[in-house]
Amino acid sequence: MNKEDKLVLGGREFNSRFILGSGKYNLELIKAAVENAGAEIITLAVRRANTKDSENIMDYVPENVTLLPNTSGARDASEAVRIAHLSRELGGGDFVKVEIMKDSKYLLPDNNETIKATEILAKEGFVVLPYMYPDLYAARELENVGAAAVMPLASPIGSNRGLATKDFIQILIDEIDLPIIVDAGIGKPSEACAAMEMGASAIMCNTAIATAKDIPMMATAFKNAIEAGRSAYLAGLGRVLTRGSESMDPLTGFLRD
Amino acid sequence: MENEFLVDSDKLSEAALKRKHEIENNKSVRIDHMKFLPNMDQLESDIQDKVLENLKDIDWDSYTDADVYRALAAKTPSIEDFKALLSPAAKKHIEKMAARAKIETAKHFGNTVYLFTPLYIANYCDNYCVYCGFNCYNDIKRKKMSFEEIRHEMEVISKSGIEEILILTGESPVYSDVKYIGEACKLARKYFKNVGLEIYPVNVNDYKYLHECGADYVTVFQETYNPDKYETLHLLGNKRIFPYRFQAQERAILGGMRGVAFSALLGLTNFREDALASALHLYFLARKYPHVEYSLSCPRLRPIVNNDKINPLDVHETELCQILCAYRIFLPYVGITVSSREEKHFRDGIAKICATKISAGVSTGIGDHEEKYEAYKEEEEMESKASDFDKKESIKALQQEAVSENEECGDEQFDISDRRSFDQMYDDMAGEGLQPVLNDYIYV
Amino acid sequence: MVKINGQSLEAAGRNLLEVVRELEFKDNSYVIEYNLEILKKEFYDKTTLKDGDVVEVVSFMGGG
Repeated sequence: MNKEDKLVLGGREFNSRFILGSGKYNLELIKAAVENAGAEIITLAVRRANTKDSENIMDYVPENVTLLPNTSGARDASEAVRIAHLSRELGGGDFVKVEIMKDSKYLLPDNNETIKATEILAKEGFVVLPYMYPDLYAARELENVGAAAVMPLASPIGSNRGLATKDFIQILIDEIDLPIIVDAGIGKPSEACAAMEMGASAIMCNTAIATAKDIPMMATAFKNAIEAGRSAYLAGLGRVLTRGSESMDPLTGFLRD
Repeated sequence: MENEFLVDSDKLSEAALKRKHEIENNKSVRIDHMKFLPNMDQLESDIQDKVLENLKDIDWDSYTDADVYRALAAKTPSIEDFKALLSPAAKKHIEKMAARAKIETAKHFGNTVYLFTPLYIANYCDNYCVYCGFNCYNDIKRKKMSFEEIRHEMEVISKSGIEEILILTGESPVYSDVKYIGEACKLARKYFKNVGLEIYPVNVNDYKYLHECGADYVTVFQETYNPDKYETLHLLGNKRIFPYRFQAQERAILGGMRGVAFSALLGLTNFREDALASALHLYFLARKYPHVEYSLSCPRLRPIVNNDKINPLDVHETELCQILCAYRIFLPYVGITVSSREEKHFRDGIAKICATKISAGVSTGIGDHEEKYEAYKEEEEMESKASDFDKKESIKALQQEAVSENEECGDEQFDISDRRSFDQMYDDMAGEGLQPVLNDYIYV
Repeated sequence: MVKINGQSLEAAGRNLLEVVRELEFKDNSYVIEYNLEILKKEFYDKTTLKDGDVVEVVSFMGGG
């Protein structure tokens, strides 16, 4: 991969375009997954501390990996802000993935509350990466209130159902002057690759890896797919031949030079 | 090759002539064209920088057939793809470009074509733009219509069936002040459903006022986006200030206008660069103000009164068609206006590919619609007998005759190429399988 | 009564740090939110719980 091709978030540069989730799998595997994924950013959640097992996830995250705490569990902007403050206090740094859901069946993000929380946190100096439903107006609003990127969902979180919102993500890629990070629902490396070919800036993925039979190997597969997709995007996709020949009655026959 | 723009009138006094030559030949007596004058609104905006940045170091000959194919295949072509479509390499793929452009046009506009007419209400001008018939040193008949004359012209035009009007003036805030133009807009609201303006750029408050008077669409041509070239063509007057003109559309938007239109005058300098810049000017503004309607025009240089040699240099019909197809592919949602600077065969052909707005019943003179419209009627009577060529020449002769009989009229801005009346245009467009639309619009 | 992570405890009048240690939260891996305000670490052993206090002890977990 071209060394000049960096992902820039909040002024910080990353070589990897794969943001790895850390949910739903054994802490012992995090190091291998991060290494195989080549990930430089990993997401975390803030939860009530456990009293029984005393494992601390921070002990398993390799050094030099940027933490991206999320606000999962928040049901409105004020809860998200509260969780973001706790995560910063926990040493999570100034990155935050705003994630606000009011719907427990589909776990779809609430764009309105997400915009409010993004505005507050961006003003406080956080590098805010809002998870959102791919709506153009909401994305524009997020851009206006200071988001560092937007993270549209590909399909419902944890569903592994792939790029269900493909056409709408393409609109965000075309219209928004921020990195577009496809988040949630990507189930296969081929889908991650397709999103990168479309011009997405990065992929955030958790469940597809956490639910694979061999977690580290699937992390490798995603890494390769994301890099391939990025290269294809940068290389410029070739033409697609369509059936049929040119019209016998040319459209431009009227021209007189 | 370059156009010879400079013409001396024998009516100028010796002192005036001396002043004119000094301005033409000595750059140091001309004011800084990149600096706003007092009283000019200056917006905090990065659009101009973005556009000019994209014009740097383009090697038009570096684009290949493969780049053109890639651009034609791209679902949403990038700026780089757009450059490929404007490059010399794309010229031989004009038929493929037209095919793609036609598909995009159909997707966004169906088979409609919008008809309108321009109305020049005054031709006084404070600017010295060397290529323009209205320039302050050109010896032409000047005229500013009275409100009664404007009302009468509007009545004549609206009777022909037109529902959208574009009001134009020369660029003289002294002779045609904002108040005067505002009154013309109020009159126009009575006769037409949609009122556009193509006047000198004004401040946000004035755009707001004109919008309140009934205007809804503002057209400003940057002429050329090359600041150095711009400097050599616009020697006197407010128009000399490149960035003030550049920000006109943004001010119009802030003044509440519903739509804005853009163009370079093709043939002044490198047309690929100017076409690229026109489209990017629109593109970046559309990203900033997505609620606004946008359109592009594509005027080529035309002969003017006292200089019949002016021509669009290397912008032949094929290049013009290439530019318009590239516009359509890169910006599928924007209106494209093709004026009567182009001939009938071109306008008929391009309307089937990508143009969405065509003027009809055009005069670029001042106060001569009635005479010209009468001439069309005479023409209709002999229509069945004459060949196309004879017909065109005879209408032209009739119109010139009609106008020269009327010493009350002001001279034209440029020589037009398609003199079809509104009725004729309506029938021709319908005959081409297009659906002529007079208005699709509610003033709010 | 004091609520710690949703659990009601008879801890009014006691030292916050003592109670948290008793509950076997691992040192340094958590942050305490005391009545919706984040409490700086140096205040943990200077805080005496009172009736009606709401305490959240949070830490990072795996998440996407």
